[in-house]
Amino acid sequence: MWDFPFLPEQASTFAGEVDAFYFALVGVTAFFTIAIYAMIWVFSVRYRRGKKANRSNPPTHNNFLEAVWIVIPLGIALAIFGWSAKIFFDLRTPPQDVMEVHAIGKQWMWKFVNEDGKYEVNELHVPAGRAVQVKMISQDVLHDLYFPAFRTKQDVLPGRYTTLWFEATKPGTYHMFCAEYCGLLHSGMIGKIHVLKPEDYDTWLADVGRSATASGGGSGNAIVDGAQLFEEKVCHTCHKTNQAAIAPSLIGLYGSEETLADGSTVVIDDAYIRESIIDPQAKIVAGYQANMPTYKGQVSEEQIVQLIAYIKSLK
Amino acid sequence: MSGTTTATQTATASTATMPAKHFMNAKYGLKSWLLTRDHKRIAVLYLITVTAMFALGGIYAALIRLELLTPGGDFLSADAYNKAFSAHGIIMVFFFLLPSIPAIFGNFLIPIQVGAKDLAFPRINLLSWYLYVIGAALALIAIVAGGVDTGWTFYPPYSSQYSQSHVLLAGLGVFIAGFSSILTGLNFVVTIHKMRAPGMTWFRLPLFVWAHYATSLIMLLGTPVVAITILLLAVERVFGVGIFDPAIGGDPVLFQHLFWFYSHPAVYIMILPAMGVQSELVAAFARRRVFGYSFVAFSSLAIAIIGFVVWGHHMFVSGQSMYAGLVFSILTMLVAIPSAVKAFNWAMTMYKGSISYETPMLYAIGFLGLFVIGGLTGLFLGAMGLDIHLHDTYFVVAHFHYIMVGGAVMGFMGALHFYWPKISGRMYPDAWGRLSALIIFIGFNLTFFPQFIAGYLGMPRRYYMYDTDFHFWNLMSSAGASVLAVGYIMPLFYMAWSWIYGKPAGPNPWNAKGLEWTTQSPPTTFNFDETPIWNEEAYDYDPEESEAEYEKEFGTIN
Repeated sequence: MWDFPFLPEQASTFAGEVDAFYFALVGVTAFFTIAIYAMIWVFSVRYRRGKKANRSNPPTHNNFLEAVWIVIPLGIALAIFGWSAKIFFDLRTPPQDVMEVHAIGKQWMWKFVNEDGKYEVNELHVPAGRAVQVKMISQDVLHDLYFPAFRTKQDVLPGRYTTLWFEATKPGTYHMFCAEYCGLLHSGMIGKIHVLKPEDYDTWLADVGRSATASGGGSGNAIVDGAQLFEEKVCHTCHKTNQAAIAPSLIGLYGSEETLADGSTVVIDDAYIRESIIDPQAKIVAGYQANMPTYKGQVSEEQIVQLIAYIKSLK
Repeated sequence: MSGTTTATQTATASTATMPAKHFMNAKYGLKSWLLTRDHKRIAVLYLITVTAMFALGGIYAALIRLELLTPGGDFLSADAYNKAFSAHGIIMVFFFLLPSIPAIFGNFLIPIQVGAKDLAFPRINLLSWYLYVIGAALALIAIVAGGVDTGWTFYPPYSSQYSQSHVLLAGLGVFIAGFSSILTGLNFVVTIHKMRAPGMTWFRLPLFVWAHYATSLIMLLGTPVVAITILLLAVERVFGVGIFDPAIGGDPVLFQHLFWFYSHPAVYIMILPAMGVQSELVAAFARRRVFGYSFVAFSSLAIAIIGFVVWGHHMFVSGQSMYAGLVFSILTMLVAIPSAVKAFNWAMTMYKGSISYETPMLYAIGFLGLFVIGGLTGLFLGAMGLDIHLHDTYFVVAHFHYIMVGGAVMGFMGALHFYWPKISGRMYPDAWGRLSALIIFIGFNLTFFPQFIAGYLGMPRRYYMYDTDFHFWNLMSSAGASVLAVGYIMPLFYMAWSWIYGKPAGPNPWNAKGLEWTTQSPPTTFNFDETPIWNEEAYDYDPEESEAEYEKEFGTIN
């Protein structure tokens, strides 16, 4: 209780610059606060009623002064805007080569699917020194994935994927919070993010038993679960994996570009696959009939993530 | 300093007596109050109801701070905590802050300050009060029946599809109270345009009136949008029509756009009237015309107009486009400028003044000190790169309390202490008033400053349990809240005392300028015996004359 830090740990590539920006703004705030307080103080003492002072011809306005306190704050505000926009675009633009993690938020837990298909609940392990992108979706209400040590957060919405990315710099264990109010146990929707040294991360990744408890009765691997689901939902009767049938083959499909019936093109990514499961008529690939039924309400967001993981694995 | 104050008070108040006839004793009986069309009586009705809501909201604040005294959830259940912060937000925003200064002091003063005998539409004015009371009653029924747990922001799909609490009833309360706000705004706009006394030109109006004019424009143009938003939310909740919930074809971000389109300007409904009060107080106690009158006047309009196009700064992490964020961020930087202009002009008003420090002036100085911090920390949140980290943390909570409590409530307290003699006809004990101002200033900073640090450390808002990392700052905050509570409770006692035992104030206990100080205190039902003709500029003070009078009476201190 008697230990009172002023800053969260700096554990991502952004943290240093965000903190520097913060202190610059603290400086601006201090400057203007002191300026105003000084004016109040000096005038209060000097012109207290009953105290002798020169009060002749008190000015009622001064356009030059007005210009000064319009132009200087405006300049400072625009400089703040410029710097903040730069940081914002860095925070929102992941590099090309990122490690992808899926996150599903639901009242009141976080479920993650790692790049190898393994699950984690309220915990996430990432390697230091590597850019990680989290693709997030909510099963129910609004949530927000927040890593104070990385100085980043992003709302997690139902119905569409949002992303955040970071590159952790310092091995350790840090807070993971839900920052968007989501009901009864909002403050319990918390976890830990473990940043591991790259070699420790490889060891951790190789630990075959690690996903079992988090899998919730499944196989412990999203790719395997996705393959099972693919059969259960009889997707495979149309989407033959080895040949073109009445529906497009899915082998090597992820990340490729397809031409749609209306002549436009689309990159096959998570959002497209999700849309094609929930609302199959929305974007039909050229040369195919619009005959796939909707799976809306029949698959959870987690299952869609499993299907995506499976489709991604089809090389 | 104390010598100054007692002196001024005795000098002006000792000889005064209560007028035989005034608006409060013009008629007797409950009916004469509940069916009154007198803007001053309606203001008193508002004063009673709004203060009661403030007290209730304060009780919820106390519950919140008690729970957050320790990291664990040991005082309230999670459900009770969620309902407590929702009740605190809904009551304080919709039933205290929005109506507080306009509906009480605006109502009481605007007709007198422009030289009219009432507002343009006295019956509509009474209707606004009833709408407010009905809205507040519905919200209270929702709270008593089991509460609301959505927060004051009502974000769907939680509010429309998941919450088991009384969202509809509370929403209906806010919806109805919104019409009270619209009608009050309409009344003010028409009154200010059409009912100014001969000689009371636009640029002779007190800045209090200018501020309320800007406020009224927001009330008129913004409030219908939140009414529509709540209606859409109700349609989704009751009929399952997909508007905001993606599971049935809606878009939750749309709600946020609509909600903040009103609720950001609503912040200016809360702060602009307090800025109006600030101008009156600084001028009266520094015995100076407000420095840069026209800049202060037009900055109110600038705030009202630019304030309508910055709402997206609440949504940098909501999933809205990055480029939209860019536009909202730069507009947010612009809206800071008129506020800065005001702050510097108020400070400059004290230059070469003849300054005394009665209670209202202490509140005014407190306002300025807290508003500066509140405003500047707004830049932290308008700056996208930093808002990503700060969004939905206690930094935000601290920032808006500096604006709303440090700004709007300090303005409210300043107005209450400045105009109390006008409303009640009696003086309150100034020493107690100054003590309360001091305690509130200290208690406020103790309560809310630590929240900036807890927020930067990463403590999310709306958490009823929190990590031990944040304990120290929460402990400080809860301790400060107990000091703040004392500061707020004190005026209840000495004001109540003064209502009966206070010395008669006379028409102008502060030696202030303006039409409202030319009438008796309390004023008669129609304010003036005949239509006044106004030949003075606003704030026609002379600090040298004030000094000369002071010296004649008390000699010089040094």
